[in-house]
Amino acid sequence: MQTILGILPDALAYGMVLFTISIGLSIMMGLMRVVNLAHGAFAMIGGYFASFALTSLGVSYPIAILIAVIGAVVISVPFEFLLYRRIYRRSDELTQILLTIGITFFIVGVANYIFGPTSKPIPLPEMLKGPFDLGFRMIPAHRLFVIGCGVVTAVALWLMIEKTEFGVRLRAAVDNGDMAEALGIRTQIVYSATFALAVGLAAFGGVVGAELLPVEPFYALRYMVTFLVVVSVGGAGSVTGAMAASLLLGLADTTGKYLAPEYGEFFFYVAVIVIVYIFPHGLFGKAH
Amino acid sequence: MTTLLEVQHLSKSFGGLRVTDDVSFTLASGDRVALIGPNGAGKTTLVNQLSGDLAPSDGRILLAGEDVTKAPIPERVRGGLVRTFQVTRLFTSLTVAENVALAVMQRRGLTRRMFSSVLDRSDVRDEWQGVLSLLGIGHLAATPVTKLAYGQQRLLDLAIGLAMKPRVLVLDEPAAGVPHDESPRILEAIGRMSPEIAILMIEHDMDLVFKFAKRVLVLANGALIFEGTPAEVKENDAVRAAYLGNYADARRAS
Amino acid sequence: MATLSVTAAPSAWAGLRNDLIAAAVIAVLGAIGWFVYPDDLAFLTRVIGLAFLVISLDLVTGYCGVATLGHAALFGVGAYAAGNFCLAGVTDPILMLLIGALAGMATGLVSGLLVTRFRGLPQLVLSIAFGQLVAALANKLSSITGGSDGLAGISASPVFGIFNFDMFGRTGYVFSVIVLLITMVVLLRFARSPFALMCRAIKDDTLRTRMIGVSVYPRLVVMYCVAGAVAGLGGALTAINTGVIGLDSVSFERSAEALIMLILGGAGNLWGALIGAILFELFHHYVSAASPFHWMILVGVLLIVVVLFFPKGLVNEVTRRIGDFRQARAAR
Repeated sequence: MQTILGILPDALAYGMVLFTISIGLSIMMGLMRVVNLAHGAFAMIGGYFASFALTSLGVSYPIAILIAVIGAVVISVPFEFLLYRRIYRRSDELTQILLTIGITFFIVGVANYIFGPTSKPIPLPEMLKGPFDLGFRMIPAHRLFVIGCGVVTAVALWLMIEKTEFGVRLRAAVDNGDMAEALGIRTQIVYSATFALAVGLAAFGGVVGAELLPVEPFYALRYMVTFLVVVSVGGAGSVTGAMAASLLLGLADTTGKYLAPEYGEFFFYVAVIVIVYIFPHGLFGKAH
Repeated sequence: MTTLLEVQHLSKSFGGLRVTDDVSFTLASGDRVALIGPNGAGKTTLVNQLSGDLAPSDGRILLAGEDVTKAPIPERVRGGLVRTFQVTRLFTSLTVAENVALAVMQRRGLTRRMFSSVLDRSDVRDEWQGVLSLLGIGHLAATPVTKLAYGQQRLLDLAIGLAMKPRVLVLDEPAAGVPHDESPRILEAIGRMSPEIAILMIEHDMDLVFKFAKRVLVLANGALIFEGTPAEVKENDAVRAAYLGNYADARRAS
Repeated sequence: MATLSVTAAPSAWAGLRNDLIAAAVIAVLGAIGWFVYPDDLAFLTRVIGLAFLVISLDLVTGYCGVATLGHAALFGVGAYAAGNFCLAGVTDPILMLLIGALAGMATGLVSGLLVTRFRGLPQLVLSIAFGQLVAALANKLSSITGGSDGLAGISASPVFGIFNFDMFGRTGYVFSVIVLLITMVVLLRFARSPFALMCRAIKDDTLRTRMIGVSVYPRLVVMYCVAGAVAGLGGALTAINTGVIGLDSVSFERSAEALIMLILGGAGNLWGALIGAILFELFHHYVSAASPFHWMILVGVLLIVVVLFFPKGLVNEVTRRIGDFRQARAAR
């Protein structure tokens, strides 16, 4: 029981970090059908911006998050314009994989060239540093904050997709791109906006999750496949699916690392194989 | 004449929608049958069930007396039930000859060979050359598929089907997308096929249907509403009604 | 490339001629390596080991269209198997190669059963998951892999009991070139076979191959076994030559690099795979010495350029250009 109580908050927090970063990729893959292995690179860029803002500019934590999100989105624009547009919905997986691996290598190389090969601290504000008393148990306040961020992100996305004009266009374009185009919905604009949204969410997740996935020079390579795997398990384009997959895989990974740390990511990938083999289109995905 | 294909009470529903509705017919050796019907009548859905692409909800399909309703696609093909596609499906990185040679070798059980060259069997060569010249594209043997004109691609599609030595050949709009003046060439190619084969052809072009078919099946709203000679089809009110879109009347009239 | 010649009469001589040309090309490449890098034969030997991995990857990716990012597992398991047998006393290098190939084949079987079941995203993710699973296991089972320290002390006995593996790597190099030569000749024959031709057809249009009576899944699994044997051979060869096997031999990075080498040279062409491996490693050799991060920037840019502008790879691009040039000259 004690172990379970120890594992659960960590598993939940880790799952929420996975969700916050992966959900953007999921929407992007559902809509643009692009296997993007560079998603983690944009989370890393967010982390670098936040670290720079906090340690060199001395701004407050919320401002640093804002800088990280805007910075990552701005940097992503030329990539979207010059490269990603060529592979939306069209190319085969192999082309998409290789192009986005190339982008990842490029970003990792440049980031390290400019900022050096050291890990980038993202100091937490005082408020989030200490433990938090749940009444029956103390847990680190940061864990609660991350879980909160995940929940807020999920709710906000749900509202956006279900209730806003953009959400209507997004769903129309996901369900039938050609038809949406014919109805006068300019899919290219929807694609670009979705790409920016995905990058922004990645950067946000990268910053708030830095305690669990530390920002370092090889971040983009280390987690290159992690987020893709989460999307695939949940089902591309599904918010519910991404949440379910994140929590499930977060639980599998955290439990595995608590109980049998020497096995590394073994249990994480066992879970992935079992789920994908049984649900090839993901837990909540649709076949295209 | 031997009965080769028997379709008994075939039905398929998607959700609540019945897209194939209690369809029964038979094909015998030498049959030249056309399947017609207005857009959305469920012709391709029906063919997909015959070929094994789609599992029927109800009913049976017998191939030479054997129940193949649940058999996987390759097994039906080995039993002699072969189809072609409405949109050409070819092996685009290979040459014309390789496309047909593969079908020939597959039928003869030679494609598991890992070290004999594709070249070294004259019997295989004779066969694919025979099929290609039968369809009048023998001179294109060495051409990469990507360099073919669309009409030639359609002929190659037929050639692959023929190379399987089918007993029942299902042609899904063999002239679709072909320029009008070229469609007689396709019909001519079909005319040269072995008289033993039972051919079921889906076609929109009524000219082609009347030239090709000895018998016509008319599908509307998933159900067979008429079966008869081309001349009878022309005169039939139910068919006319179906083409005018009034399915309810079509049903009643039949 | 397997192309049906329509006019030429089929003959055993044509096949033999192809074999001889291939053997000659590899022998010449081997000799060039020997004379250009006399002090760096160990580097060249490592490149040959990697070439096996890329050629193996070509069999499933280039010929069958399987997108995989977990192929290093096949290579690594072959290496570990050969290494462990060697430590247990089976030191004959030919036997070690055989063991590596068998272990690679077995890994290929399991991997193939998982990966070729689906297409698209689930296929890719299953390949990644399988590769990561093997990597995690290699880390955990340190008694047979040496964990992060690597499995050291692998020392093969002389080839045929005569040729000692010397400290300059001369025997290792010649041995590797000969194994590569034999493998390439055999695989080039295999690539012209009906089996391989059918695999290319499956890549083009899977449904259509089913419609000519092909059971696709078992066929792809068989191809995965062949690829596993080739990768395992490369792993065993690397183990024999370097004497040590690290966790990097099963890593995700290794899988991703192999894919990059393949696309660089040209998928669907065994020569493309070989040339891609050589070019990439040479490039790596010279650039990454300067700075690992410059290296990453350059590889990133190179990859983007190749994917966008030469998607068929450099070898296929060059052969196409030569073909165009010849046609133009013939037309004149």
